[in-house]
Amino acid sequence: MSKATEKIEYVSYLDHQSKYKGIFAWIFATDHKRIGLLYMYAIAAFFVIGAFLGLAMRIELIAPGETIMKPQTYNGIFTVHGIIMIFMVVIPGLSAVFGNFFLPILIGAKDVAFPKLNRFSWWIFMVGSAMAVASQLLKSGPPDTGWTFYAPYSTTTGTNVIMATTAAFVLGFSSILTGLNFIVTIHQMRAPGMKFFNMPLFPWAIYATAWIQLLATPIIGITLVMLIAERLFGIGFFDPALGGDPLLYQHLFWIYSHPAVYVMILPAMGVISEIIPTFCQRKIYGYKAIALSSLAIAGVGFLVWGHHMYTSGMSENARWFFSLLTFIVAVPSAIKVFNWLATMYKGSIDMQPPFLYALEFIFLFIIGGTTGLILGSVATDVQVHDTSFVVAHFHYIIFGGMGFAFFAAIHYWLPKMYGRMYNLKRAKILSVVIFVGFNLLYFPQFIIGIQGMPRRYYDYLPQFQWAQVISTIGGFILVAGLLAMISNLIMGVRKGEIAPANPWQGSTLEWQIPSPPSLENFDEEIEIKENPYDYK
Amino acid sequence: MANNTSHTTEYKVLGRILVLLMFMTFLTISVTSFNLGAFSVTVALLIACFKAFMVLSYFMHLKYESLLLRILVGMVFVLFAVIVLITFIDYAYR
Repeated sequence: MSKATEKIEYVSYLDHQSKYKGIFAWIFATDHKRIGLLYMYAIAAFFVIGAFLGLAMRIELIAPGETIMKPQTYNGIFTVHGIIMIFMVVIPGLSAVFGNFFLPILIGAKDVAFPKLNRFSWWIFMVGSAMAVASQLLKSGPPDTGWTFYAPYSTTTGTNVIMATTAAFVLGFSSILTGLNFIVTIHQMRAPGMKFFNMPLFPWAIYATAWIQLLATPIIGITLVMLIAERLFGIGFFDPALGGDPLLYQHLFWIYSHPAVYVMILPAMGVISEIIPTFCQRKIYGYKAIALSSLAIAGVGFLVWGHHMYTSGMSENARWFFSLLTFIVAVPSAIKVFNWLATMYKGSIDMQPPFLYALEFIFLFIIGGTTGLILGSVATDVQVHDTSFVVAHFHYIIFGGMGFAFFAAIHYWLPKMYGRMYNLKRAKILSVVIFVGFNLLYFPQFIIGIQGMPRRYYDYLPQFQWAQVISTIGGFILVAGLLAMISNLIMGVRKGEIAPANPWQGSTLEWQIPSPPSLENFDEEIEIKENPYDYK
Repeated sequence: MANNTSHTTEYKVLGRILVLLMFMTFLTISVTSFNLGAFSVTVALLIACFKAFMVLSYFMHLKYESLLLRILVGMVFVLFAVIVLITFIDYAYR
């Protein structure tokens, strides 16, 4: 199968002159690649802020009692850290950055289906992010509810809950519109000859993710509106004295927020599915199983939200039912991991930085996944609920999963995005530094969590200090590694060697076009393969 | 891959659907005067689902779309129904 296009002169999307100049050429850009970069720059800035807030918490926890901040400041910081990292970094992260940049290219399209809507989505994202930041700075002080905004506390606290929830509401619109755009793009814009089962696995993951964004996000929007109405008018949705139910909030919140975990992790799995065949130079094992498991995760992931509520007072029947469903969702996740490992078997493995991060992803994701089974089982969850065990599990899945996949993705695709290469040796060393820092930071939290260290606590018993000290040291190593990694990438973009069009010998469409791509991606004839991972 | 087909629905049909929707709204209000006990929410949801189905089918032209698109939207409704059902497993047995 092949697609013929009229040959036109190559001009990189970075050099293309639009009717706008300077910064306006970016803010008013409708090119999916520029919008992807806009998301990346914003998300990177928020990530650094969130990381430093996390480090501030770690410094506070290095010793029992007050260290560098007051208890209320600590409550505000862990809430701000959560809001920034979840709503402004992790949820949009891979989908908005690499989905925008590479989805159209990987399916042979010139752009997304609705370029102006895409630009509008980024604008909304920035407005929502500005509101979230404002909620931390306004007079009443940052919200102190945690990123979950649980009622009834969130309906009564005097902090800036309304501004923060409105920000999350606005950010949700960006997510919905991006998801809608990607679904239509995949249905309508695939190159002639590219059927669904000819698509690479990253578009498959983005497709499954987009459905979650489209269907689940409105639920959190309505829930937050109910919370705001409760605060403003005392309607009683979540107040038992007025006939309401606090658990209703938790149900509604997690009906969105558990699928949102898959908004974070599914694109990560898509990235790993791209990287492993490239650096093993092998056709991916179980292509259809991996593709369909993305849809299975998205579907089943909608039905497991109750495992966040085992100790909240749910009915016994609901608890075992949710536990059963939770164990079922582990199956498609495991299918992916086994297929990745099978792809590596007897492959011509090239240990480049993206592959190192992909291996680290698998290692950390397995730890996060298996500790998730402890939390998915009612009997064991009751023991560790609301302890630092949950904090460790969550960070192994979200940071170890989505975060490391993001690092893998940026090291994989940066030569294509900018046409320049970063320092490979330094990148390899830093991936190990980051991996060590990460495990030093979070693994001790599993141990003291089982021993009873509560999460979100400003103070703790002296018996937990050894682990808190190790975690804080790990936090410093992690943040230092992250800053050095970002510096290495920036130096690569600015002064790195010119990258060839296909530095990793990849087989998917993005490696068939020049680096960086032109405005409309495909100026020459491209080959659409029956199997996108056709390594000879 | 695009499927560029269009369909124009007659105003007469749209008018009938509008009348039907108004009748269903009247029905939604009317059934609240009967004590249906545990089924009051079920009846309200069924009427709301029927109204949504009519809006999707006629006003949003789903009736004239491809089978794939109809299946996709149908699955959304199934998902919604399952989520409501699972939520009520908690409320019914608490």
